[in-house]
Amino acid sequence: MEKSFSEWPVLWDLDLSVPWGQTLVLFGANGAGKTTLLRILATHVRPDHGSIAVAGHNLRTRPEEVRRRIGVVGHRSLLYDDLTCRENLVYYGRLYGLKDHKPRVDEVLEQVRLSNRADHRVRTLSNGMQKRAAIARAILHQPDVLLLDEPEAGLDMESVSILGTLLAEWTDSGRSVVMTTHDLDLGLSWGHQAGVLRGGKVNFPDANSVDDEDGIKNDVRASGIRRAVADALQAGR
Amino acid sequence: MNGLVGPILVMVWKDILLELRSRDLVVSVLVFGLLVVVVFNFALNNAPGRAEELAPGILWTAFAFAAILAMNRAFVRDQEQGGLEGLLISPVSRDAIFLGKALTSLIFMLLVEAALLPVYAVMLDFSALSFNLILTIFLGTLGFAVVGTLFSAMAVQTRSREIMLPVLFFPVVLPVIIAAVEASTRAVGGETFVGLGRWLPLIGVFDALFLVICPWIFAFVVEE
Repeated sequence: MEKSFSEWPVLWDLDLSVPWGQTLVLFGANGAGKTTLLRILATHVRPDHGSIAVAGHNLRTRPEEVRRRIGVVGHRSLLYDDLTCRENLVYYGRLYGLKDHKPRVDEVLEQVRLSNRADHRVRTLSNGMQKRAAIARAILHQPDVLLLDEPEAGLDMESVSILGTLLAEWTDSGRSVVMTTHDLDLGLSWGHQAGVLRGGKVNFPDANSVDDEDGIKNDVRASGIRRAVADALQAGR
Repeated sequence: MNGLVGPILVMVWKDILLELRSRDLVVSVLVFGLLVVVVFNFALNNAPGRAEELAPGILWTAFAFAAILAMNRAFVRDQEQGGLEGLLISPVSRDAIFLGKALTSLIFMLLVEAALLPVYAVMLDFSALSFNLILTIFLGTLGFAVVGTLFSAMAVQTRSREIMLPVLFFPVVLPVIIAAVEASTRAVGGETFVGLGRWLPLIGVFDALFLVICPWIFAFVVEE
């Protein structure tokens, strides 16, 4: 897959697959294309070349099927400030055609520990609570694939813990998660796979082996992954 | 069909709820419409007996500029709060998104016009209780709402949206304005439905064209 903005190439020669039941964590320097990749997977940005399938549905030919199967948490909550959390979720529940949306709305509000603020307008919530409400919105229709762009940003320790539990349950039930983060520890503890977006493509330091200085091939273990990711981040875009 | 109607109604419900909470669109458009009629009323004091003749022109001038005010806000809230992005990544078709926004704009504009029409009728001395006039206003406003929704979606992505929208909107909607003024002149003059001649069907034809072309273009406008 390839994507450029005007003359500025962001992603090129990118080949990637995420198995069911796994979390792929993407690291990368600012401007490496992490958000662009997620926005392409979310069908919000059209790639220039290449083919992408989400849950077996081609992004170009069946975008609405793809949208039904993805949940997205980005930098913005995508919630209306003057509606309450519940009203926002009912609105999205109806857009996604949920048959019995009321109990599901209560359920997701409970999952993100926002039941006691369900009838408060979004503008009255803290940034962290708005992020939790955005997570509730993303999981409301029980998508097969969750796309999370720096989901831990603005969350306190308790909220991060809630999100970690939720993601573990998500992948345990056979669904997949693609997330980006700058938090190395968090990303490595949550992800089944860790990739570094650099040079327009995703490199997997843990999946390949690397040559050390003596030319001996070693598997990159935990500390190696950490070092590889840190090196890639330091090297920049 | 159900896949189209359901999301449209949900979007309309959401926009009405937001408007009830903020009241920033209907109130500002209503105040603008009242100001226009007051200004014209003073201006026409110098031309007694011509008010009825000029009323349709004044009416549509006010409605057209009020439409611009309303359309300027149509996508702003969605754009600022991310609701548009939320819609675009939902499984709702682009047609449904467009028609939902157009229907909301149509409802808001018709509400404002329903409030303004009796005031205009009293001040400009014509009968507002004319089926032909009401039908003309409905069809003209439908054209405004459909074209305005498309250009509002375009303008909201630019930095100078307040300038961009009228520049795009008026040239395209001009045939509807001309036909609406002509049909309204005849309706105010007490002509029968047949007496409205070709003007009412002309508005209908333009509305139908806009309803086919605008949703199709909208899908490209919102694509990144």
